[in-house]
Amino acid sequence: MPGSLSKDAITIILVTAILIWVMPLLISTYTLTVLIVYGMLGLSLGLIWGFGGILCFGQAAFFGLGAYTYAIAAINIGESTVPMILAVLVPAVFAALLGAMMFYGRLNDVYLGVITLVVTLILFKFINSTAGPQYLIGNARLGGFNGIPGFQTLNIPGHPDDYIWGDSYFYVCAVLLGVVFFLVSALLRSSFGRIAVGIRENETRMSLMGYDVRARKTVLFAAGAAIAGLAGALFANWAEIVTPSLFSLGQSAEIIIWCIVGGLGTRLGPILGAAGLAYLKFLLGQQTLIDNTLITGLILVLFVLFLPKGIVPALASLWKVSFGRRPKGRIHLQRRMKSRGRING
Amino acid sequence: MDLTVVILVEMLYAVASLILISAGLAVVFGMMKVINLAHGEFMMMGGYATITAVNLGVNIFLAMLIIAPIVVGLIGLITERLVIRHLYGRLVDTMLATWGLSLFFIGLATMIFGNTTTGISTPIPGFSIGNYQINGYNFFIIVVAGLLLIGMLTILKSTRAGLIARGAMQRSDMAAALGYSPDRIYMATFFCGSALSGLAGAVLAPLVGLVPTSGGAYIAKSFITVIAGGPSLIAGLFTSAGFFGIVNQIFTFAISPVIGEVALLVAAVILLRLLPQGITAKFFKGKL
Repeated sequence: MPGSLSKDAITIILVTAILIWVMPLLISTYTLTVLIVYGMLGLSLGLIWGFGGILCFGQAAFFGLGAYTYAIAAINIGESTVPMILAVLVPAVFAALLGAMMFYGRLNDVYLGVITLVVTLILFKFINSTAGPQYLIGNARLGGFNGIPGFQTLNIPGHPDDYIWGDSYFYVCAVLLGVVFFLVSALLRSSFGRIAVGIRENETRMSLMGYDVRARKTVLFAAGAAIAGLAGALFANWAEIVTPSLFSLGQSAEIIIWCIVGGLGTRLGPILGAAGLAYLKFLLGQQTLIDNTLITGLILVLFVLFLPKGIVPALASLWKVSFGRRPKGRIHLQRRMKSRGRING
Repeated sequence: MDLTVVILVEMLYAVASLILISAGLAVVFGMMKVINLAHGEFMMMGGYATITAVNLGVNIFLAMLIIAPIVVGLIGLITERLVIRHLYGRLVDTMLATWGLSLFFIGLATMIFGNTTTGISTPIPGFSIGNYQINGYNFFIIVVAGLLLIGMLTILKSTRAGLIARGAMQRSDMAAALGYSPDRIYMATFFCGSALSGLAGAVLAPLVGLVPTSGGAYIAKSFITVIAGGPSLIAGLFTSAGFFGIVNQIFTFAISPVIGEVALLVAAVILLRLLPQGITAKFFKGKL
């Protein structure tokens, strides 16, 4: 990654500020809020898949778990600060347990995908079947297929009656996305992040060098789940209802598609992919000529066939070809060699 | 006594339906190493092919056992030529592309047939054992699954085509050096795999209300059956389908169908944790 962390921070603050100012002029803040939430969800998978090489088919499980944790805790507590924290912690702990089980069992590739897929299915089936009144957690009825409506939405910490909603909720989400983006950047810059990329590139070599691959993968997996959980809680606040469809395979599929289209191994790609495709879906939902699912599927197939690296890396290389410094002498060549070593950003 | 017979039949039926829904995937994934996430949609299309044919006045058994496999096999063939062919050997990419295909087929089916439930009635009447009523169609499924296993075993083991296919899957360069075209063999194998998926979807169609998204109900089950089965095709399919089918039915009868489904999935997670390479990596080694 070029530049330093403080430079990163300044860029993030500037870009976030400009986007918060410009975007509401183009799209209504209500739609923008959910695009931001999806962006955060995309980033969570982009972190563990793009930088850790862990292809998780069940990122939606952590998203849904975050949303349900928030809803259940908010009904029981009647205030939103603790539920928000719980919504980050519960998915992280769950992911740490699941990850420990998988990574210490040395499961890889396909098996990893299948287990995460199956766990998502178990959660989906279980939540779907909790329609009866006997399924209570504290005061919260799980509600089965209908989900949980009517919980306390986000309020100013300590003031349960001062709700944050509408435009101000949009600002909160946007700032949170900026903060998460900064934290992810910081994580990737730390030695932990570099070793994670090393594990992605060659797991055997990293373990021979003495790093505990299993523990590191578990921690990264949990970090991704924490971000997904936060996104879930924000989504619950936006939708004001949580339903089992948050856990559905379709949701998991969409997250993977966002990452592929946006570009793996970049921080920005999954966010742009998520926001862009979600907005495209929103626009397509307004017409009835062609089925929405068909187009989503077609996009995925075409991207895998023709642009497997995603939009952001493709644009970046296009930028380099058209505007990058051309090598003219030895010094430039050296500079180019140097910059080649820092592609992973 | 009657209850024992009923439970026994139900268990056999659960095993048979698992074998049926996993057979196509066992060929495509187990042999060709193509992770076909559109497998459920191939089954869904088999179901729609049957229902359309029956509504046009074709005999139901002809529609299920002949028309549906051919239709779905041809769709599979087109898919293989257009998409899958470019992705052999790239495990994750095939997974993503076939996921896209699955969404594509769901959208296509929604546009053609609409987002409503369609179905046909079962052609075989039920009968009673003591105080219990049993669906006669269950026996048909058990018979079809049995014949399917025997047929696959015979073709793979004792025909020249099966030998060539297995050889090409193991060492395609060797097969090519011996004068066979791996490209053609892969194409033919994919056709067979999708035809098997189509057959499964068709045979199960009278039992379920068919909607464009009903493929999703099969995909996870068939995947865990094939993966838990492990490297050997038929033995793996049989043992893992047997194990999961019995676990599922025990919990279904003891508690409830939902818990039965969950128990199946939990059993799969535990099994994969204990035997990460599948059942046949440890037992029945080297068998087909």
